[in-house]
Amino acid sequence: MTADVRAGFRYIGQRRRPKEDRRFVTGSGRYAADVTLPGMLHVALVMSPHPAARIVAIDTAAALALPGVRAVVTGAELMQGTEPILSGLDLPSMKRYPLALGVVRYAGEWVAAIVAESRALAEDAAELVEVDYEPLPQVIDPEAAMQPDAPRVHGDLDGNVLYRRRFVWGPVAADFAAPAHKVAYRARWHRSATVPIETFGVVARWNPAQQLLDVWASVQMPKFPEHLARALRLPGSGICAHFDVDVGGSYGVKRGLKHAILVGYLARSLGVPVRLLEDRLDNMRGGDAHGPDRIFDVEMAFDDDGVVRALKIRAIDDVGAYAGRAALQLGKPITAIVGPYRIRSVAYEPISVCTNKTPEEAVRGFGQGPTNFALETGMDLIARQLGLDRVEVRRRNLIRTDEFPYTIPSGSSYDSGDYHAVLDKVLAAADWSTLVERRDAARAAGRLAGVGLCCCLEPSGGNASFEPLFNPQASNTTWMEGCQIKVDQTGSIVASIGTNSSGQGHETLVATVVGEVLERDPDTVRVVRADSLGALPSHSAVGSRMAIMLGGAAAGAARKLKQGLIAIGAHNLKVAAEACIYVDGAVALAADPAERLGWQQLIDIAHRHFHLLPPGTEPGLQASYVWEVPTGGALPGADGRVQMYPCYTFESHVVYAEIDRITGQTRLGGYFAGHDCGVMINPDIVHGMTYGGIAHGIGAALYERFHYDDDGQLLSGSFMDYLIPSAHEVPNIVIVDHCTPSPLTTFGQKGSGEAGYLGAPAAIASAVNDALAPLGLHIAVVPMTVAALGDLLATKDVQR
Amino acid sequence: MTLSPGEAEAMSLHEITVMVNGTVHTARVQARLTLVDFLREVLMLTGTHTGCEHGVCGACTVMLDGSSVRSCLVFAVQAAGSQVLTVEGLAPDPEGMSVLQDSFCELHGLQCGFCTPGMLIAAHDLLQHNLAPTEEDIREAIGGNLCRCTGYKQIVDAVALAAERLSRANAPKGSAGDAA
Repeated sequence: MTADVRAGFRYIGQRRRPKEDRRFVTGSGRYAADVTLPGMLHVALVMSPHPAARIVAIDTAAALALPGVRAVVTGAELMQGTEPILSGLDLPSMKRYPLALGVVRYAGEWVAAIVAESRALAEDAAELVEVDYEPLPQVIDPEAAMQPDAPRVHGDLDGNVLYRRRFVWGPVAADFAAPAHKVAYRARWHRSATVPIETFGVVARWNPAQQLLDVWASVQMPKFPEHLARALRLPGSGICAHFDVDVGGSYGVKRGLKHAILVGYLARSLGVPVRLLEDRLDNMRGGDAHGPDRIFDVEMAFDDDGVVRALKIRAIDDVGAYAGRAALQLGKPITAIVGPYRIRSVAYEPISVCTNKTPEEAVRGFGQGPTNFALETGMDLIARQLGLDRVEVRRRNLIRTDEFPYTIPSGSSYDSGDYHAVLDKVLAAADWSTLVERRDAARAAGRLAGVGLCCCLEPSGGNASFEPLFNPQASNTTWMEGCQIKVDQTGSIVASIGTNSSGQGHETLVATVVGEVLERDPDTVRVVRADSLGALPSHSAVGSRMAIMLGGAAAGAARKLKQGLIAIGAHNLKVAAEACIYVDGAVALAADPAERLGWQQLIDIAHRHFHLLPPGTEPGLQASYVWEVPTGGALPGADGRVQMYPCYTFESHVVYAEIDRITGQTRLGGYFAGHDCGVMINPDIVHGMTYGGIAHGIGAALYERFHYDDDGQLLSGSFMDYLIPSAHEVPNIVIVDHCTPSPLTTFGQKGSGEAGYLGAPAAIASAVNDALAPLGLHIAVVPMTVAALGDLLATKDVQR
Repeated sequence: MTLSPGEAEAMSLHEITVMVNGTVHTARVQARLTLVDFLREVLMLTGTHTGCEHGVCGACTVMLDGSSVRSCLVFAVQAAGSQVLTVEGLAPDPEGMSVLQDSFCELHGLQCGFCTPGMLIAAHDLLQHNLAPTEEDIREAIGGNLCRCTGYKQIVDAVALAAERLSRANAPKGSAGDAA
């Protein structure tokens, strides 16, 4: 499928009310916590207080004796009835079950599950479970964990390094030997996550007569039903995952496989519906939903003019106690490892390390946000080292618009872009020189002020071809998405999709695209969610892919349906299909458009008048389409070069910041984001996700951190200490749109679900470091909290 | 198992009568039951959400006797004899939406919808006493409600739009507001 439409859209790109909004503003969304079934029981969890310990004994007698308690389950029982959760890496000996088995590996790990008639009773009973632990040595720091004599998180593994490989793409050694200048630095991205306001929830009901497990989960996960079926030793058709559950935010982390396995097991073994809802404290410690925790050691080789020739990155990622799929977050950034820059050779050494912390889960951008921050830190350092303007250094390195499609050293081809135009646009909108004057005036008045910028990419389209690089057992080369459309006898259009949504507006997306192709008002297109038994294949809303993939699948199905309508019309107009045109749902003679069959006439023929259908035509009016990721389908070569994501969205941010000299508090006083995601299907939705992504990036840059003490205890496990930006911390953001259509997609669209987040930390770090520059200070650690900046300023004994 | 006196009191049952969205409800509840759990689990009014259950996120915000409160920090027994307004009670009729709700739809002041009921109540509280709020007023009013999707921009804009629409609706005939 190629981009055959470029302009003159009827519905695409127009401001339209999202279809979903009305049910949410009236309080009639239906989230996992809203699913109540007759006789349903409730789960509370006993969690380990120790980061590393052997479980000597578990005494559940007192808990079981509490009236209303129906069961207490431990790891020993659960493992009899379930298969371990698969790791994303090739680690067959790393067994992971929802409940700890003999050993706990992080504070917060689930040890036992209580099932009771109410949540409150279950929690009461959880306090009565007596667990006898024998503490073991723990390791919290990822670099300490890499030492040969470090305590082992998993006794049956050789060490704590789970994955390590050095990729070399291009003449790295020669490029580092030749150039005039080098910069070497460390960039630290501390552990944070997306932390949706809804915690994870799941309800399951076993139907023995049908041998079927119904599941309602707050989930955003590719192949969730299949993973669940495997773990519960059921066929795929033994799980019915209901995708019509509204998900209260996810941005990557709502996987909840261990929750669903536990609840599925309990529902089946007890013969009653069971619900598990994390409370906030459960979620933060034991929800296994932390994000990347990363140490970058970077070297850049560059010329006198600031043009970067070569790049070396060593990235250590602390995955926590178990390596789920999240460990692959070191892999996805390979698809944009040079960012938007013309860097011709790269060495990349990803190292995945386990420690006694809460496991990591997929977070918005799947590792790209930290990588962008590390790259942009280098661009600013080069400018500082050469005494050049930061904007100019970027201009000299950005890929030029006439160079697309542009293949980067690691093998991916960037589809399209006009990076210089977007940069110029955002600089103009922000009035960069005025911002600099404002900064200088603030400095003259004795304040710490800075202006920051970034240029970053959002790879989109979600192709998991990094998997084979990290796991030799993985050989996936497709990451497809499907959509089915039917038109009923009354002429109503119903499109069916096979995944949950967590705020991305997929119903609006599909209705708009179907309306566009069929030339029908999108408000009349109903979009439903098939359950997992009825749905076509989906890989869910990950990897910033749905505008591209679900949009493409919906368009593909709509086009097939439209071809069917044209065939019916042509047959009844007694001409060839090529002699007909399709207008507003009618089929007319091209030569005489008054000669036509209207929408309802065509529908009547399809549904009721078999005798008027072209010979060999299937009656009714329905079409389905499953789309492979454009440019996908190839395995990596031996050097690890592979085409990963198809589309590349560009963003360039400009931000003004001041730091309070006394408190170290950073205030943002102006935020501008240039953004090119190709053709926007619904601008309000794209802008909304971008504003939200920036807010999330502000959190990662300045406030949010899962902070552990040396004893392995999480110190920021509530909203009192894990600080999510409020309306006070997020400034009024100005978005500057630009449109470079993708040549690879149906309408020229690219992804935007990770927009903002992938640039904001880099831009804010740039502004903070600009503010610190007059003091000779530099920080390449996020979050740049009040404490971190206050301590840094104290080293200079700034006017306190 | 023996309960301590405190535990026994927490689990003691009390009959309460609460008017919720104009309907009177009488129920026997445990002293420890929170108002949000009463609304969600007893009355099945699931529009009000729980995000943190420790009074920070604001997802559970409801109006209690004319003021917005976090219903996770209020016990149901404390609401006895009171009037509660939840998101389900904002619309003038089941088929309709309030001006505020409509403005949220118009400007897409939401995404996943989870914080939305609390946001709407916080904004409703503001608009009850201020129909000409500044951006700062709006940010102050929703400052205790966390949203992870929107970055607040479209929410702030939606509340401003609702204020403008409401003040126009209330403007005397023949005024500039009426002409607009």
